[in-house]
Amino acid sequence: MTTRRLVLSRGAALVGAASTGLLLPEIVRAQSNKIRVGFMLPYTGAYAALGVAIENGVRMAINEKGGKLGGREIEWFKVDDESEPSKGVENASRLVQRDKVDVLIGTVHSGVQMGIHKVARESGVLNIIPNAGVHEATRALCAPNVFRTSFTNSQPTLALGKPMFDKGIKRAVWITHKYAAGDQAFEGFRDSFTKAGGTVVKELGLPFPQVEFQALLTEIASLKPDAVACFFAGAPAVKFMKDYAAAGLKDKIPLWGSGFLTEGVLDATGPAAEGVMTTLHYSDSLDIPRNHEFRLAYAKMFKLQPDVYAVQGYDSGQLLVQGLAAVKGDVGNKQALYKAMETGVIDSPRGKWTMSKAHNPIQDMYLRRVEKGENKVLGIAAKAVADSGAGCRMNA
Amino acid sequence: MDIANFLIQLLNSVQYGLLLFMLAAGLTLIFGIMGVVNLAHGSFYMLGAYLAWSLASKTGSLALAIVLGTALSVVFGLAQERILFRHFYRRDHLDQVLLTFGLIYIFEDLRSIFWGDEVHGVTVPALLGDSIRLTDTLSYPVYRLFMSGICVALAIGLYLLISKTRLGMKIRAGAFNHEMTEALGINIKFIHAIVFALGVGLAAVAGMIAAPVSSVYPNMGAQVLIMCFVVVVIGGIGSVRGALIAALLVGLVDTFGKVLLPQVASMLVYVLMAVVLLWKPQGLFKQ
Repeated sequence: MTTRRLVLSRGAALVGAASTGLLLPEIVRAQSNKIRVGFMLPYTGAYAALGVAIENGVRMAINEKGGKLGGREIEWFKVDDESEPSKGVENASRLVQRDKVDVLIGTVHSGVQMGIHKVARESGVLNIIPNAGVHEATRALCAPNVFRTSFTNSQPTLALGKPMFDKGIKRAVWITHKYAAGDQAFEGFRDSFTKAGGTVVKELGLPFPQVEFQALLTEIASLKPDAVACFFAGAPAVKFMKDYAAAGLKDKIPLWGSGFLTEGVLDATGPAAEGVMTTLHYSDSLDIPRNHEFRLAYAKMFKLQPDVYAVQGYDSGQLLVQGLAAVKGDVGNKQALYKAMETGVIDSPRGKWTMSKAHNPIQDMYLRRVEKGENKVLGIAAKAVADSGAGCRMNA
Repeated sequence: MDIANFLIQLLNSVQYGLLLFMLAAGLTLIFGIMGVVNLAHGSFYMLGAYLAWSLASKTGSLALAIVLGTALSVVFGLAQERILFRHFYRRDHLDQVLLTFGLIYIFEDLRSIFWGDEVHGVTVPALLGDSIRLTDTLSYPVYRLFMSGICVALAIGLYLLISKTRLGMKIRAGAFNHEMTEALGINIKFIHAIVFALGVGLAAVAGMIAAPVSSVYPNMGAQVLIMCFVVVVIGGIGSVRGALIAALLVGLVDTFGKVLLPQVASMLVYVLMAVVLLWKPQGLFKQ
């Protein structure tokens, strides 16, 4: 049923986009001395908290530098993308066409990102991706005006293979949801684990967002691998870790995963998550001065504890501040602006990182272990991890 | 695959198959007796699951939630039969498809308004939370045995009701010939309402007992509906016995497919359907 609904609504979105003139190649932008910044983020639905954290982060980074971009005042625009892929193009073109934003910051959901991406490529508007890890945006479909401050889906798992092998794990089973993010996370794990010398005994999967793990857990128990590696997030992650423990596997076969497995779900999962090992580009407990300083300031300003999403938003803000400072707020000077954004170093709460040629962070990945309901950092799992950027030809 | 693993996967298959049967039986009964193609059948499964989650978290007891939830969903089903479906018995199948397709969207939106878009978990009752150890690595959860037990009990009950009771006789007569049955002084409207409520009840119970193992999430009805249609088509439209055999077959293919051929698992069930239809275009047990 979903597909039929999708086709219908995508079709409608396309018609809508065409009628608003999105498909015209050039856009005449309104002249004003304010910089127009648009947020296209989920403010309702399952990812609402993520959208709020990202916006908070962006605003905080800009406020810290005096609340202006390159000396110019900012006018803000907001669209709730509802994490609804079928409305991606429509919502993005609303910001670009109607509100005439100079910068579009969004979004969380990879499917919606593809809609934004289409609009960004066609209109040439500057787009900063504060979360969505969909590979295409910084690979085959990369664009000079699209920058990502978060990760690609395979980046955290690119750091997973080596520490697992170093712990004596030779044979591992992989399990995930069969959808783009799951497949892309597997790519990173397979590459890093086989390169380190391990063997992926079996790749298990189930359709998103089903959580009937029974047959697969039985299979894992009978395969008796040295470890299981996985990619799950949110509510399915809770169910998976609980079922994994309930099936009696937790104490026999260690569980590893992309760090999103244990982000924001440790309260709900409880003891079933104890000892789970993950890799991610951030952890609340990261012990560096920049992180302490950030966490304190964020908690004071928003009366909330920041998470990885707030950090990604914060870095999006920092990237904008740096880029526009270099061109003194002249958004029209694209060449110099993109150059500055490409070459800058971002001093992030996750540690310093730089931008790859394909506009994706080159960043350290931390090895973390769940201890007493917290992600404790054990060390760096892999230094300066870059996404391959395969197929990206920026100047074509 | 060693023998213990094989046996447990067999249990997993049967358990999944029985659950599908609960849904397919209602679907095929409603079609066979009233001639209504009910695309919204999966929504009753979803309704059951959400009721189980809501009521279990309020009352703290899954058993109580199932009893209350069944009653509520049967009332809901009866109301729908009265307000909507009754006007569509004699209509074209296309009209019915349009009506029930629209209902899917309405139910999804109502679900979103009342219960939100998040995924929820339902805890397995402590009494049934254990596992039975079969070998040193493999064990089977008690709750799944309980699920299978409920399904078997309801299947037997359904069989007895339809083939051994007076009411069952009337139901069969109504399926065979509307006018004649009515002429004999049997209240066919009442029979229809009963069958519809039965179908809704079976689907809702399936959703309720499945909630702890499958979680409760948006769109779960649509996903399960597709499987149900596969089962009904393989089994032969209108045949309850066919639905049972087909459901077990689909359970086997799906479970062993997931484990043995994970790359193509999601399409194996459809391959099965295609093969069966080539061999028997009317399904296995067309009456």
